[in-house]
Amino acid sequence: MNARIGVGTKLLGAAAFLSLGALAVFALVVAPPDERQGDAQRLMYVHVPAAWLAYLAFFVTAVASVLWLIPRTRSTTWDLLAGASAEIGVIFTGLALVLGSLWGRPTWGTWWEWDARVTTTAVLFFLYLGYLALRRTGATAQERGTRCAIAALIAFADVPIVHFSVTWWETLHQDATVLDPKLEVNMEGFWMPFTLVWSVFAFTMLYSFLVTVRLRLAELDEGREEKALELAIAERVAVTV
Amino acid sequence: MTILREALLVAGKDLRIEARSRVALQQIVPFGGIVLIVFAFALDPDRGLLPRVAPGLFWTAVLLASLLSITRSFSIEEANGARDGLRLSGLDGGAIFLGKAAAVALQLLLLEVVLGLGVVVLYDVSVRGVVLIACTTVVATVALAATGTVYGVLAAGLRARETLVPLLVLPAVTPVVLGGTRAFEAALAGVPSDGWPWVQLLAAFAVLAVVAGVLAFGPLLEEDS
Repeated sequence: MNARIGVGTKLLGAAAFLSLGALAVFALVVAPPDERQGDAQRLMYVHVPAAWLAYLAFFVTAVASVLWLIPRTRSTTWDLLAGASAEIGVIFTGLALVLGSLWGRPTWGTWWEWDARVTTTAVLFFLYLGYLALRRTGATAQERGTRCAIAALIAFADVPIVHFSVTWWETLHQDATVLDPKLEVNMEGFWMPFTLVWSVFAFTMLYSFLVTVRLRLAELDEGREEKALELAIAERVAVTV
Repeated sequence: MTILREALLVAGKDLRIEARSRVALQQIVPFGGIVLIVFAFALDPDRGLLPRVAPGLFWTAVLLASLLSITRSFSIEEANGARDGLRLSGLDGGAIFLGKAAAVALQLLLLEVVLGLGVVVLYDVSVRGVVLIACTTVVATVALAATGTVYGVLAAGLRARETLVPLLVLPAVTPVVLGGTRAFEAALAGVPSDGWPWVQLLAAFAVLAVVAGVLAFGPLLEEDS
């Protein structure tokens, strides 16, 4: 198996890093500071796309898991794609939580707010950490594929229920908020909304690049194991002969 | 109705093993009890916090103990190739799920009665809204047992399954803890009308978990390993 990364992937990577560079310029220099939140609001240009990317990644994991479970489309690639995408999703969920917390301190006056979206994201983070742990338990490829696909779908279905229950809980007691959590940002002018849209675009490019490389790596890793097995068998045969 | 008969067969087998080995009675119930006492140490009984937070502590204790029940439910299938025996038995996958989940649910109900008495005595809780409490307990237990059994089989036979099951189950059942706690609070506060919507949520969760388990068990048992 050829271990090199193809030209297409390299171009994708270059495009991703160029658009991220442009994002840094838009977010730090071009876009004006928010009227009320000041420069803290600029965190939105990484927080929002990180959260978007997390949801995108878990959606891809769910779709790939379904494709694995359908006998006609079953292929190791779907299983590996599900795993690769979930890994990236977990990283960016963590990033979204940390960035949100950093933003919450100056804006809400607290590092952590038991807001429905934040709480659901935290549960989501742990659900998929469990999924990744399940992937690494050394089952055969076949076993791993089915177990993980089912776990991914349960996690995906659980998220709306968690969100619903937490939202409900939140509406029952609204006294705990320190500052007004509904502090909306006024998206004024051209550069603020443009930068936000651009950030989503740049992060999506980054996701496409990362998932391609991670999938390739997973395939090579899978191939390496098979090759090692073949070699071991060949050695055994040589000894007996 | 064969599926129910098969489920009863599996549940009967698991409960018979528990009746003979007494692991649930001699290990899991005492574990729940000591958790209640640890909570009292952590929260200082003199500050009057315990009666107020009793519903949350009760469900946390149940949840921690349920992790043991779930792990136990699948560790009895490890020895002597029992899992392969179950697979070769010709029983329907859904029936095996229902049977194992029912056995876990029955053990949890027993545990909840004991822990409930413990909460009343140790935390000085005056019980009100018994109907709401009973209904909440039953639906939440079905939800816990069903979700736990699905994850139990996902981790069965794998390396590090004992540590994997808690990590998989806890985030998934957060709505159960939330719903159970709020419904109990409403019952104890004397406003059961606030609690019934949570029972509905728990019931919906339980139905989804049971359906997911019945659907997922077949493919999980048929996989070649």
